[in-house]
Amino acid sequence: MDLFFTMLVPLTIGAIAVYAAFQRVDVYSALVRGAGSGLETLTRIIPALVGLMTAVYMLRASGALELLAGVLSPVLDRLGLPSELLPLMLVRPISGSAALGVGAELISTHGPDSQLGRTAAVMLGSTETTFYTIAVYFGAVGITKTRYAVPAALCADLTGFLASAWAVRVCFG
Amino acid sequence: MTMTVIWTGMIVISVLCGLATGRGPAVAAAAVEGTSAAVQLALSIAGMLCLWTGVMEVMRQSGLAGKLSRLLTPILRRLFPQAARDSSTMDSIAANVSANLLGLGSAATPLGLEAARRLSRSSPGVASDSLCMLVVCNTASIQLIPTTVASVRAAEGCAAPFDILPAVWLASVLSVGVGILACKIFARVWRD
Repeated sequence: MDLFFTMLVPLTIGAIAVYAAFQRVDVYSALVRGAGSGLETLTRIIPALVGLMTAVYMLRASGALELLAGVLSPVLDRLGLPSELLPLMLVRPISGSAALGVGAELISTHGPDSQLGRTAAVMLGSTETTFYTIAVYFGAVGITKTRYAVPAALCADLTGFLASAWAVRVCFG
Repeated sequence: MTMTVIWTGMIVISVLCGLATGRGPAVAAAAVEGTSAAVQLALSIAGMLCLWTGVMEVMRQSGLAGKLSRLLTPILRRLFPQAARDSSTMDSIAANVSANLLGLGSAATPLGLEAARRLSRSSPGVASDSLCMLVVCNTASIQLIPTTVASVRAAEGCAAPFDILPAVWLASVLSVGVGILACKIFARVWRD
Protein backbone atom coordinates (compact mmCIF):
# COMPACT_ATOMS: atom_id res chain seq x y z
CA MET A 1 0.00 0.00 0.00
CA ASP A 2 2.88 2.34 0.87
CA LEU A 3 4.52 1.48 -2.43
CA PHE A 4 1.27 2.30 -4.24
CA PHE A 5 1.13 5.82 -2.83
CA THR A 6 4.86 6.34 -3.41
CA MET A 7 4.53 5.21 -7.03
CA LEU A 8 1.24 7.05 -7.59
CA VAL A 9 3.00 10.26 -8.59
CA PRO A 10 5.47 8.88 -11.17
CA LEU A 11 2.69 6.60 -12.48
CA THR A 12 0.31 9.58 -12.78
CA ILE A 13 2.89 11.67 -14.61
CA GLY A 14 3.74 8.75 -16.91
CA ALA A 15 0.09 7.95 -17.64
CA ILE A 16 -0.70 11.60 -18.43
CA ALA A 17 2.34 11.88 -20.73
CA VAL A 18 1.46 8.69 -22.66
CA TYR A 19 -2.24 9.58 -22.89
CA ALA A 20 -1.46 13.11 -24.09
CA ALA A 21 1.08 11.84 -26.63
CA PHE A 22 -1.61 9.55 -28.08
CA GLN A 23 -3.93 12.57 -28.28
CA ARG A 24 -1.20 14.17 -30.45
CA VAL A 25 -0.29 16.77 -27.82
CA ASP A 26 3.25 18.15 -28.05
CA VAL A 27 3.93 16.87 -24.53
CA TYR A 28 7.36 18.37 -23.96
CA SER A 29 6.61 21.92 -25.06
CA ALA A 30 3.32 21.84 -23.07
CA LEU A 31 5.31 20.71 -20.01
CA VAL A 32 7.86 23.48 -20.39
CA ARG A 33 5.25 26.17 -21.01
CA GLY A 34 3.27 24.96 -17.97
CA ALA A 35 6.37 24.94 -15.78
CA GLY A 36 7.01 28.53 -16.86
CA SER A 37 3.53 29.55 -15.74
CA GLY A 38 4.25 27.86 -12.40
CA LEU A 39 7.24 30.12 -11.99
CA GLU A 40 5.05 33.13 -12.81
CA THR A 41 2.57 32.06 -10.12
CA LEU A 42 5.43 31.71 -7.67
CA THR A 43 6.86 35.16 -8.37
CA ARG A 44 3.32 36.55 -8.00
CA ILE A 45 2.88 35.02 -4.53
CA ILE A 46 6.36 35.86 -3.16
CA PRO A 47 5.44 39.48 -2.26
CA ALA A 48 2.32 38.29 -0.41
CA LEU A 49 4.34 35.52 1.21
CA VAL A 50 6.92 38.05 2.47
CA GLY A 51 4.28 40.42 3.86
CA LEU A 52 2.17 37.80 5.56
CA MET A 53 4.93 35.53 6.88
CA THR A 54 6.60 38.56 8.44
CA ALA A 55 3.33 39.47 10.17
CA VAL A 56 2.77 35.88 11.35
CA TYR A 57 6.36 35.56 12.64
CA MET A 58 6.01 38.85 14.53
CA LEU A 59 2.66 37.81 15.96
CA ARG A 60 4.16 34.54 17.18
CA ALA A 61 7.27 36.17 18.66
CA SER A 62 5.09 38.68 20.54
CA GLY A 63 3.38 35.91 22.47
CA ALA A 64 -0.09 36.93 21.22
CA LEU A 65 -0.71 33.56 19.56
CA GLU A 66 0.28 31.70 22.74
CA LEU A 67 -2.17 33.80 24.74
CA LEU A 68 -4.96 32.99 22.31
CA ALA A 69 -3.98 29.31 22.13
CA GLY A 70 -3.96 29.20 25.96
CA VAL A 71 -7.50 30.55 26.09
CA LEU A 72 -8.78 28.22 23.37
CA SER A 73 -6.81 25.06 24.16
CA PRO A 74 -9.47 23.44 26.43
CA VAL A 75 -11.95 23.67 23.53
CA LEU A 76 -9.37 22.53 20.96
CA ASP A 77 -8.26 19.58 23.13
CA ARG A 78 -11.82 18.37 23.41
CA LEU A 79 -12.14 18.51 19.61
CA GLY A 80 -8.91 16.55 19.15
CA LEU A 81 -7.09 19.53 17.61
CA PRO A 82 -3.55 20.33 18.89
CA SER A 83 -3.34 24.02 19.91
CA GLU A 84 -0.10 24.36 17.87
CA LEU A 85 -2.31 24.26 14.77
CA LEU A 86 -4.45 27.24 15.87
CA PRO A 87 -2.49 29.85 13.85
CA LEU A 88 -2.90 27.70 10.73
CA MET A 89 -6.65 27.34 11.26
CA LEU A 90 -6.99 31.09 11.87
CA VAL A 91 -5.23 32.20 8.68
CA ARG A 92 -6.38 29.37 6.37
CA PRO A 93 -9.75 30.90 5.36
CA ILE A 94 -8.22 34.37 4.90
CA SER A 95 -4.97 34.00 2.98
CA GLY A 96 -3.52 31.11 0.99
CA SER A 97 0.02 32.52 1.15
CA ALA A 98 -0.10 33.05 4.92
CA ALA A 99 -1.50 29.53 5.42
CA LEU A 100 1.26 28.09 3.25
CA GLY A 101 3.86 29.99 5.28
CA VAL A 102 2.42 28.95 8.66
CA GLY A 103 1.94 25.36 7.50
CA ALA A 104 5.47 25.10 6.11
CA GLU A 105 6.83 26.43 9.41
CA LEU A 106 4.86 23.81 11.39
CA ILE A 107 6.01 21.03 9.04
CA SER A 108 9.61 22.21 9.38
CA THR A 109 9.52 22.59 13.20
CA HIS A 110 7.79 19.31 13.97
CA GLY A 111 9.03 17.29 10.99
CA PRO A 112 7.08 16.27 7.88
CA ASP A 113 6.44 12.76 9.24
CA SER A 114 5.31 13.79 12.73
CA GLN A 115 1.64 13.65 13.70
CA LEU A 116 1.52 17.47 13.85
CA GLY A 117 3.39 17.96 10.59
CA ARG A 118 1.11 15.54 8.82
CA THR A 119 -2.04 17.11 10.26
CA ALA A 120 -0.87 20.56 9.14
CA ALA A 121 -0.21 19.17 5.64
CA VAL A 122 -3.60 17.45 5.44
CA MET A 123 -5.33 20.65 6.61
CA LEU A 124 -3.56 22.62 3.87
CA GLY A 125 -4.48 19.98 1.29
CA SER A 126 -8.12 19.58 2.21
CA THR A 127 -9.28 23.19 2.74
CA GLU A 128 -9.30 26.36 0.65
CA THR A 129 -8.95 30.12 1.10
CA THR A 130 -12.67 30.50 1.81
CA PHE A 131 -13.08 34.26 2.27
CA TYR A 132 -10.90 35.07 -0.72
CA THR A 133 -12.89 32.70 -2.96
CA ILE A 134 -16.22 34.09 -1.74
CA ALA A 135 -14.99 37.66 -2.36
CA VAL A 136 -13.84 36.79 -5.90
CA TYR A 137 -17.06 35.03 -6.89
CA PHE A 138 -19.57 37.42 -5.37
CA GLY A 139 -17.51 40.43 -6.40
CA ALA A 140 -17.36 39.28 -10.02
CA VAL A 141 -21.12 38.85 -10.39
CA GLY A 142 -22.15 41.79 -8.19
CA ILE A 143 -23.81 39.88 -5.34
CA THR A 144 -24.50 41.98 -2.25
CA LYS A 145 -26.88 39.59 -0.45
CA THR A 146 -24.70 36.53 0.15
CA ARG A 147 -27.38 34.75 2.21
CA TYR A 148 -26.04 31.53 3.75
CA ALA A 149 -22.90 31.11 1.59
CA VAL A 150 -20.48 32.20 4.36
CA PRO A 151 -21.91 30.04 7.20
CA ALA A 152 -22.19 27.01 4.88
CA ALA A 153 -18.58 27.46 3.68
CA LEU A 154 -17.35 27.82 7.27
CA CYS A 155 -19.17 24.58 8.22
CA ALA A 156 -17.14 22.88 5.48
CA ASP A 157 -13.88 24.46 6.73
CA LEU A 158 -14.46 23.46 10.35
CA THR A 159 -15.28 19.93 9.22
CA GLY A 160 -12.10 19.94 7.11
CA PHE A 161 -9.97 20.86 10.17
CA LEU A 162 -11.59 18.27 12.45
CA ALA A 163 -11.51 15.62 9.74
CA SER A 164 -7.81 16.30 9.02
CA ALA A 165 -6.79 15.60 12.62
CA TRP A 166 -9.03 12.52 12.67
CA ALA A 167 -7.88 11.22 9.26
CA VAL A 168 -4.21 11.48 10.26
CA ARG A 169 -4.96 9.51 13.45
CA VAL A 170 -6.81 6.86 11.40
CA CYS A 171 -4.24 6.60 8.57
CA PHE A 172 -1.03 6.83 10.60
CA GLY A 173 -2.11 5.54 14.03
CA MET B 1 -9.22 46.49 1.83
CA THR B 2 -10.01 43.53 4.09
CA MET B 3 -6.41 42.34 3.89
CA THR B 4 -5.24 45.86 4.81
CA VAL B 5 -7.24 45.69 8.04
CA ILE B 6 -6.05 42.15 8.82
CA TRP B 7 -2.38 42.80 8.05
CA THR B 8 -2.23 46.13 9.88
CA GLY B 9 -4.07 44.52 12.80
CA MET B 10 -1.53 41.68 12.98
CA ILE B 11 1.39 44.12 13.00
CA VAL B 12 -0.18 46.43 15.62
CA ILE B 13 -1.11 43.52 17.91
CA SER B 14 2.41 42.06 17.59
CA VAL B 15 4.08 45.33 18.51
CA LEU B 16 1.73 46.10 21.43
CA CYS B 17 1.76 42.54 22.76
CA GLY B 18 5.53 42.31 22.33
CA LEU B 19 6.06 45.49 24.32
CA ALA B 20 3.58 44.41 27.01
CA THR B 21 5.20 40.99 27.49
CA GLY B 22 8.74 42.34 27.24
CA ARG B 23 9.39 40.52 24.00
CA GLY B 24 10.00 43.63 21.89
CA PRO B 25 13.46 42.51 20.69
CA ALA B 26 12.08 39.09 19.69
CA VAL B 27 9.38 40.80 17.61
CA ALA B 28 12.02 42.93 15.91
CA ALA B 29 14.11 39.84 15.12
CA ALA B 30 11.05 37.99 13.85
CA ALA B 31 10.31 40.77 11.35
CA VAL B 32 13.69 40.12 9.71
CA GLU B 33 13.46 36.34 10.03
CA GLY B 34 9.99 36.23 8.46
CA THR B 35 11.07 37.90 5.24
CA SER B 36 13.90 35.47 4.53
CA ALA B 37 11.76 32.50 5.58
CA ALA B 38 9.21 33.55 2.94
CA VAL B 39 11.80 33.69 0.16
CA GLN B 40 13.39 30.42 1.29
CA LEU B 41 10.00 28.70 1.28
CA ALA B 42 9.25 29.98 -2.23
CA LEU B 43 12.62 28.77 -3.52
CA SER B 44 12.44 25.38 -1.83
CA ILE B 45 9.09 24.53 -3.42
CA ALA B 46 9.81 26.16 -6.79
CA GLY B 47 11.10 23.07 -8.60
CA MET B 48 8.32 20.68 -7.69
CA LEU B 49 5.67 23.35 -8.19
CA CYS B 50 6.92 24.10 -11.70
CA LEU B 51 7.06 20.40 -12.59
CA TRP B 52 3.43 20.00 -11.50
CA THR B 53 2.10 23.05 -13.30
CA GLY B 54 3.89 21.62 -16.35
CA VAL B 55 2.18 18.24 -15.95
CA MET B 56 -1.15 20.03 -15.40
CA GLU B 57 -0.67 21.91 -18.69
CA VAL B 58 -0.05 18.60 -20.51
CA MET B 59 -3.23 17.25 -18.92
CA ARG B 60 -5.20 20.34 -19.92
CA GLN B 61 -4.08 20.09 -23.56
CA SER B 62 -4.88 16.36 -23.68
CA GLY B 63 -8.58 17.08 -23.08
CA LEU B 64 -8.78 14.90 -19.96
CA ALA B 65 -10.70 17.63 -18.11
CA GLY B 66 -13.42 17.53 -20.78
CA LYS B 67 -13.84 13.76 -20.35
CA LEU B 68 -14.10 14.15 -16.58
CA SER B 69 -16.73 16.90 -17.02
CA ARG B 70 -18.97 14.59 -19.01
CA LEU B 71 -18.64 11.90 -16.33
CA LEU B 72 -19.56 14.37 -13.58
CA THR B 73 -22.58 16.01 -15.23
CA PRO B 74 -25.21 13.48 -14.00
CA ILE B 75 -24.08 13.90 -10.37
CA LEU B 76 -23.93 17.68 -10.66
CA ARG B 77 -27.50 17.85 -12.03
CA ARG B 78 -28.65 16.61 -8.61
CA LEU B 79 -26.64 19.27 -6.78
CA PHE B 80 -27.92 22.08 -9.00
CA PRO B 81 -31.57 21.16 -9.66
CA GLN B 82 -32.52 24.74 -10.71
CA ALA B 83 -29.84 24.77 -13.40
CA ALA B 84 -30.21 21.13 -14.53
CA ARG B 85 -32.16 21.97 -17.69
CA ASP B 86 -29.83 24.72 -18.85
CA SER B 87 -27.11 22.72 -20.59
CA SER B 88 -24.59 25.55 -21.15
CA THR B 89 -24.71 26.48 -17.43
CA MET B 90 -24.30 22.81 -16.47
CA ASP B 91 -21.33 22.59 -18.87
CA SER B 92 -19.51 25.47 -17.19
CA ILE B 93 -20.28 24.09 -13.69
CA ALA B 94 -18.96 20.65 -14.72
CA ALA B 95 -15.85 22.21 -16.29
CA ASN B 96 -15.23 24.22 -13.12
CA VAL B 97 -15.58 21.18 -10.82
CA SER B 98 -13.36 18.95 -12.98
CA ALA B 99 -10.67 21.64 -13.24
CA ASN B 100 -10.74 21.89 -9.42
CA LEU B 101 -10.46 18.10 -9.06
CA LEU B 102 -7.45 18.00 -11.37
CA GLY B 103 -5.82 20.95 -9.60
CA LEU B 104 -6.02 23.26 -12.65
CA GLY B 105 -6.56 26.25 -10.38
CA SER B 106 -5.93 28.97 -12.96
CA ALA B 107 -8.41 27.34 -15.36
CA ALA B 108 -11.02 26.63 -12.68
CA THR B 109 -11.63 30.23 -11.62
CA PRO B 110 -12.65 31.72 -15.01
CA LEU B 111 -14.88 28.67 -15.65
CA GLY B 112 -16.44 29.04 -12.22
CA LEU B 113 -17.02 32.76 -12.72
CA GLU B 114 -18.72 32.03 -16.06
CA ALA B 115 -21.01 29.54 -14.27
CA ALA B 116 -21.64 32.10 -11.50
CA ARG B 117 -22.59 34.77 -14.06
CA ARG B 118 -25.12 32.42 -15.66
CA LEU B 119 -26.54 31.33 -12.29
CA SER B 120 -26.96 34.94 -11.09
CA ARG B 121 -29.02 36.05 -14.11
CA SER B 122 -32.34 35.00 -12.56
CA SER B 123 -31.72 36.91 -9.30
CA PRO B 124 -29.32 39.85 -9.75
CA GLY B 125 -27.59 41.00 -6.56
CA VAL B 126 -28.91 38.11 -4.44
CA ALA B 127 -27.13 34.75 -4.13
CA SER B 128 -29.53 32.04 -5.31
CA ASP B 129 -29.43 28.51 -3.87
CA SER B 130 -27.48 27.28 -6.90
CA LEU B 131 -24.96 30.11 -6.65
CA CYS B 132 -24.39 29.42 -2.94
CA MET B 133 -23.82 25.75 -3.81
CA LEU B 134 -21.30 26.67 -6.53
CA VAL B 135 -19.41 29.03 -4.22
CA VAL B 136 -19.34 26.52 -1.34
CA CYS B 137 -18.05 23.82 -3.72
CA ASN B 138 -15.25 26.20 -4.69
CA THR B 139 -14.36 27.16 -1.10
CA ALA B 140 -13.89 23.49 -0.24
CA SER B 141 -10.76 21.85 -1.60
CA ILE B 142 -11.42 18.88 -3.86
CA GLN B 143 -8.00 18.75 -5.55
CA LEU B 144 -7.11 15.06 -6.05
CA ILE B 145 -3.33 15.60 -5.86
CA PRO B 146 -2.39 18.45 -3.45
CA THR B 147 0.90 19.31 -5.17
CA THR B 148 1.82 22.50 -3.29
CA VAL B 149 1.70 20.92 0.16
CA ALA B 150 3.54 17.85 -1.15
CA SER B 151 6.26 20.19 -2.46
CA VAL B 152 6.58 21.69 1.02
CA ARG B 153 6.87 18.24 2.62
CA ALA B 154 9.45 17.17 0.03
CA ALA B 155 11.45 20.35 0.67
CA GLU B 156 11.53 19.42 4.38
CA GLY B 157 13.18 16.11 3.53
CA CYS B 158 10.14 13.84 3.55
CA ALA B 159 10.84 10.53 1.75
CA ALA B 160 7.22 9.95 0.72
CA PRO B 161 5.59 13.41 0.45
CA PHE B 162 2.41 11.92 -1.02
CA ASP B 163 1.75 9.38 1.75
CA ILE B 164 -0.82 11.84 3.14
CA LEU B 165 -3.09 11.35 0.08
CA PRO B 166 -5.61 8.95 1.70
CA ALA B 167 -5.93 11.28 4.71
CA VAL B 168 -6.34 14.32 2.42
CA TRP B 169 -9.04 12.55 0.41
CA LEU B 170 -10.88 11.46 3.55
CA ALA B 171 -10.80 14.99 5.01
CA SER B 172 -11.76 16.57 1.65
CA VAL B 173 -14.74 14.27 1.12
CA LEU B 174 -16.05 14.93 4.64
CA SER B 175 -15.52 18.68 4.31
CA VAL B 176 -17.20 18.97 0.88
CA GLY B 177 -19.98 16.63 2.03
CA VAL B 178 -20.76 18.79 5.06
CA GLY B 179 -20.60 21.94 2.89
CA ILE B 180 -23.14 20.49 0.44
CA LEU B 181 -25.35 19.24 3.26
CA ALA B 182 -25.20 22.65 4.94
CA CYS B 183 -26.29 24.30 1.66
CA LYS B 184 -29.21 21.90 1.23
CA ILE B 185 -30.35 22.44 4.86
CA PHE B 186 -29.87 26.24 4.78
CA ALA B 187 -31.77 26.39 1.47
CA ARG B 188 -34.85 25.06 3.28
CA VAL B 189 -34.66 26.99 6.51
CA TRP B 190 -32.94 30.30 5.59
CA ARG B 191 -35.17 33.38 6.04
CA ASP B 192 -33.85 36.58 4.45
